[in-house]
Amino acid sequence: MSLNVSNLTVHHGAICAINQVSIAVPTGKLAAIIGANGAGKTTLLRTLSGLKHPTNGSIMWKGEKIAGIKPEALVRRGISHVSEGKSVIPELTVRENLELGAVWRRNAKESKESIDQVVSIFPRLGERIQQRADTLSGGERQMLSIGRAIMAKPQLLLLDEPSLGLAPLVVEQIFQTIRDLTTAMNLTVLLVEQNAMGALKIADLGIVLNLGKVVAINHAQALIDDPAVRAAYLGY
Amino acid sequence: MQKLLETFLIGLSTGSIYALMSLALVLVWRSTRVVNFAQAGQAMLSTYIGFEIASRSEVFWLGLLFAIAAGALLGAGVDFFFMRVLFKHAVSGPAAVVAPVIATLGLLGLIRSIVGLTWGGEFKSIKSPASTDGFTIGETTIPFSALNLLIIVTVFVILIALAIIFQRTNLGLSLRASAYAPEIAQLAGIRTARTRTIGWAIAGGVGGVAGMLVTSFNFLSPYSLDLLLVFGFIAAVIGGLESMVGSVVGALILGIALTFILNYVGTSLVFIGGFVVLIVVLLVKPDGIMARGKVRRG
Amino acid sequence: MGKKITFFIILGWVLLLIGDRVDELRVYQGAQIAMYTIALASIVLLTGYSGQVSLGNGAMMAVGGYAAALTLNNLGSPVWFAFVMAVVVSALFGAFLGAAAARLSGPYLAGTTLALAVGLPEIANQFAFLGGVPGILFDVGLPPARFGEEFTQYKWFFWIATFIALIALFITSNILQSRYGRTWRAIRSNSLAAELSGVHSGRMKILAFTISSALAGLAGAVLAMTISLVAPGVYTLALSFALVTGAVLAGVSSLPGVVFGALILVAIPEVADVLANRWGGGENLNNYLPGLIVSVLLILSVIFTPNGPGENLRKHHHKKM
Repeated sequence: MSLNVSNLTVHHGAICAINQVSIAVPTGKLAAIIGANGAGKTTLLRTLSGLKHPTNGSIMWKGEKIAGIKPEALVRRGISHVSEGKSVIPELTVRENLELGAVWRRNAKESKESIDQVVSIFPRLGERIQQRADTLSGGERQMLSIGRAIMAKPQLLLLDEPSLGLAPLVVEQIFQTIRDLTTAMNLTVLLVEQNAMGALKIADLGIVLNLGKVVAINHAQALIDDPAVRAAYLGY
Repeated sequence: MQKLLETFLIGLSTGSIYALMSLALVLVWRSTRVVNFAQAGQAMLSTYIGFEIASRSEVFWLGLLFAIAAGALLGAGVDFFFMRVLFKHAVSGPAAVVAPVIATLGLLGLIRSIVGLTWGGEFKSIKSPASTDGFTIGETTIPFSALNLLIIVTVFVILIALAIIFQRTNLGLSLRASAYAPEIAQLAGIRTARTRTIGWAIAGGVGGVAGMLVTSFNFLSPYSLDLLLVFGFIAAVIGGLESMVGSVVGALILGIALTFILNYVGTSLVFIGGFVVLIVVLLVKPDGIMARGKVRRG
Repeated sequence: MGKKITFFIILGWVLLLIGDRVDELRVYQGAQIAMYTIALASIVLLTGYSGQVSLGNGAMMAVGGYAAALTLNNLGSPVWFAFVMAVVVSALFGAFLGAAAARLSGPYLAGTTLALAVGLPEIANQFAFLGGVPGILFDVGLPPARFGEEFTQYKWFFWIATFIALIALFITSNILQSRYGRTWRAIRSNSLAAELSGVHSGRMKILAFTISSALAGLAGAVLAMTISLVAPGVYTLALSFALVTGAVLAGVSSLPGVVFGALILVAIPEVADVLANRWGGGENLNNYLPGLIVSVLLILSVIFTPNGPGENLRKHHHKKM
């Protein structure tokens, strides 16, 4: 178990957003986190990546406690967070957005190799490599965000609603790419999604959050087959 | 015709000094969302230090170097010790609008008082690194001197150096990313706090150059850089506060406009001219010349 | 309302009594304090209530001062009319400025008003009728004979200034407590929400500028009275900065606080003088010590009591409850 969350409690001011949540995700597995709006999914990711401090509980990553450590330090420990929506910097070019992800590694040669790698995964980015990021379509921006995260050579990838606002065909492509990446790079992935079905289909593990608590945690396929989950989140 | 050209050239020279100040202000604004009036104080102190070195060594450029170093240290120091403290006691309520501005005003006053107590208020002067006599072309002498030319060249060199740093280095990339989108930069592994301090150091160093250049033809006193601050600020606002290129453009426009007013209208109307230029620009474009449709506010 | 009028009348009476008992210097300083309360009130309204940061209040004071002096000297009018003109002219200027600045926010507004503060007083140097660098005399005349020989010029200043200040504060207090005041505060905290509630935030902002400038202009005229002069050197950038400082020290949105702020602004040069002499005097010390004290006070108060000392007292009160 490379990621071990234990009794995690997180508050937004007086409101309890995450209530004693415990999750364990094995190395190299993709965990889909689904749940209604306000269930605490984004807060969970933000706490894992260091943007938010938990009130209580512990987070263990690769055997070390990481709760409360700054995001830039966690990146150096292999955690990359692709936050919801606005995750590209519009004024920078595609290349610059990517390079940004590898600045901390201070290795120009590796950085170039990583860019080549990202471009081979997302050829569209290669076509637009010199353009400003604000000229990209929604799907391309999402690819760019994920690409930048990969530039850091992460071991834990946190993805917050990558399908948001994208056309179904694009969503399928992105989900497939995420699945391929997880396998190819042996990533541990937490995929927060509103698109519950799409997420569970590519996941190994499924976690259902409601009002800050874990209400179900199981193999992804088991959750897909579960009638309660089907009714609440999968629409049938 | 000749007067037109002279005015334009002098305006360029004046404007280029404003460009340094406005650039420094924009740098700090972009990274911290604070208009740092204390930058005039930082520039002042750096210039006094530069003055000490320049008068002892009789070499202007050595003084300039020390002014840059002092400015950088001061800038980093103000960010590290002052700004971080200020944001820890983050303000709410009606004063939130005013607080950071006022704090930097207070810091300006503090630095000015310390400078005054240390050096006194008498005017000091530095030997200019170039001739202040106007160039002679044929039989006429124009008011544009070697010093004016030197100023333009110096500023130009610095702007190019800064442009290279910002556009072509990792540091520059980090600086821009931290200014445009601090959270995304953090998640990409950029040490945003440290980067911001570096930005402040650069701004401080640039301010030091501006102060030394002004002092090459003007007396130095605890108040002598006030106008530099005011016009630098106006230039930055004209340019839109968001764009470094804009601040330079705004400064050049302002410098030329003010010199025109000086030569064609009247000496005392120069200052209100600054106001008029500003109001006219802001009436047409409330977010400054270079502002695009969607501007980052607040 | 009645209570308030009574309060002001009693306050005025008390001040006049005090004026009888203290020496000349204090009486003069009393006039200065009265002047500063009016000037600070203008900032409380503009920045504390309507949320617009202006660094150019000194310029508005200049407008009022010059208007009063010109009226007195060129139109040969009675003194009270000069003060009225100060209010009217600066209100007009304020309306113009407000209209031009209505779309501006934060640093853009600060920059514009800063430019005004630097630029406006200098105009006097350009036009002869404005008196140039030496300025114009503003002589309100000797106190009326019936007050007797003991009644000095400074006391006369004090009486006029206090009277004007009391009226100005009374009116301002009523305005701030009216729906105008509430609307300004609504705009300050959330102008979008205010707009959606049907508030014309642009118009209200201009109104704030107008009234605030009127107050500043009045203060400028009072200042001119106390030194019998209007000149560019009177209304400097340093004055604008000092006003903002005083407002923050007093609590930028607290009208009662302006008295406290005014006291500090007048007290500091004096305290600094005393300290400077005790520490050996010397020109440097005298010139720069007041600034040092003011700056340190300002920084400390921005960090620890940004909303004025009243804020901490209120918090204390709440804790006890």
